[in-house]
Amino acid sequence: MSDDQLLELIEKYLNGEMTGEERASFEILRNENADINNRVAEHKQFTSLIRQYGERLELEKRLDAIHDEIDVHALEEELMINPPWIVQLWRNHHSKISVAASIAIFAVLCTLFFTGYLSNREVNYIQLRDKINRIGKTTDQLKNKVNNLTPQRSAFVNPGDFRGTGFAITAGGLIATNYHVIEKADSVYVENAAGKSFKAEVLRSEPENDIAILKIIDTSFRNLSPIPYTFKRSESDLAESVYTYGYSQDTPVYDDGKLTSANGLNGDSLNYQISIPVNRGNSGGPLMDSRGNVIGIIQAKQSQMEGVHFAVKASYLLNAIDSLDKKVSLNNKNILANLNTVQQVKKLKNYVFMVKVYGK
Amino acid sequence: MSKESNNGIPTDSEVILGILNNSESVLKRLYLAYFPMVLQLIINNNGNRDDAKDIYQEAIIILYNKVKTGDFELSSKLKTYIYSICRRLWLKRLSQMNRYGGDIKDFQEYLAVDDETEKNNERDMQFNKMGNALHLLGEPCKTIIEDFYINNRSMQEICESFGYTNADNAKTQKYKCLQRLKKLFFQQK
Repeated sequence: MSDDQLLELIEKYLNGEMTGEERASFEILRNENADINNRVAEHKQFTSLIRQYGERLELEKRLDAIHDEIDVHALEEELMINPPWIVQLWRNHHSKISVAASIAIFAVLCTLFFTGYLSNREVNYIQLRDKINRIGKTTDQLKNKVNNLTPQRSAFVNPGDFRGTGFAITAGGLIATNYHVIEKADSVYVENAAGKSFKAEVLRSEPENDIAILKIIDTSFRNLSPIPYTFKRSESDLAESVYTYGYSQDTPVYDDGKLTSANGLNGDSLNYQISIPVNRGNSGGPLMDSRGNVIGIIQAKQSQMEGVHFAVKASYLLNAIDSLDKKVSLNNKNILANLNTVQQVKKLKNYVFMVKVYGK
Repeated sequence: MSKESNNGIPTDSEVILGILNNSESVLKRLYLAYFPMVLQLIINNNGNRDDAKDIYQEAIIILYNKVKTGDFELSSKLKTYIYSICRRLWLKRLSQMNRYGGDIKDFQEYLAVDDETEKNNERDMQFNKMGNALHLLGEPCKTIIEDFYINNRSMQEICESFGYTNADNAKTQKYKCLQRLKKLFFQQK
């Protein structure tokens, strides 16, 4: 049986065009042969698909015909919601706009990055430059002021009472201090740690070295116990730890620092330069090294440089003592040497005086 | 039927009956009744009038087939049903065109109808394949097949219009055409 003949049979069978006899024999054939059975089902499905396809085309044609009767254009005009043009623009072009915006942002960032704007260096640099300019101006102003001050500086202003520090040279009541402390003095008193005042007189003054030696002449004064420290004539070394103890306030104050230079301002060999922050009241106080030697007298003059202070070297004090009319025997037994700073200061207390000056 | 009901919006049951009875006038009234609604939906959501026509006809065909196969149960207003189908179809179309911006402006309430549009999609693909196969088949096969299987013309008529000497020749020709059509249809992916 050829394919065509089989198809014809199947079609006849499906269309119900067979006689009863033919039909019965075909059904037997169909039951026996699964292949033919499949062919029947397939043919049935396929032809119905063709028919449905035809119906669909037909329906679409009908719908198109109906559609053609509608005035779509007029309807459209009527139904269209006209959003603002900006919204329309966005709706139609939002992807393009987004891309453009991204590129723009990227470009701006790149430009900023490559010109170094983002790293803030420029800003910092400008700030720094401004600051330097300001500092420059301030410095100029200061210089002007200082220059104006210069003539007055030598004439030390002493508004009424003045106070400094002094320290004992001998147990008998010789006291060393700065010349500038007692410079304008009418009368001088020294006050010990217990708060007791004794009248004193100026035994020697050396304005060029800023050294003065006082002697307690008060009758109530009793000799001190032996001096615990010694005086060091030789120069001390740089970076040595030094401290002072004096009446920068009403109560004695301890301060320490380093010996920072063997010479004073402009190479002045009279002075040591020290890093102890001292006030006016410290003037005349002892500059001690860590082994309990007096190595200088604090000279609390104001300096133009911050953190830089001076002390008169002890050798000049010793020279001054040597040139006194009456020979003085200095203590040469140092009992502070082996003590720590706390104990040294405790011992020192009784030998450091507040020098009170009453002006003319 | 009164004149009024002939021109106005058909009632929902009228539509169903009309489709079952192949009523041309009901189909027309149905079409005219809801097209403006769908046009409004499409043109206000990035579409044009041709899109509206496509979508609307697809929805009408879905409804038509559903009613014809008898499994249509009206659980909501017909208007809502049509709107929902169109909305669903349009969303799908928009995302296929990459024009879907994430929101759609609605003018009606709507239902979830994913299932029905999916089924329709499968059938559409079959019909597309059939259309292509028929096109590739060429003449005279195409006309013979269409005349016989779609237009239900008898072999005798076909034989005469094509000038075959006898009906048997025409029959043989028809079967050959059918075999080729099957081959073309199933070859397509």
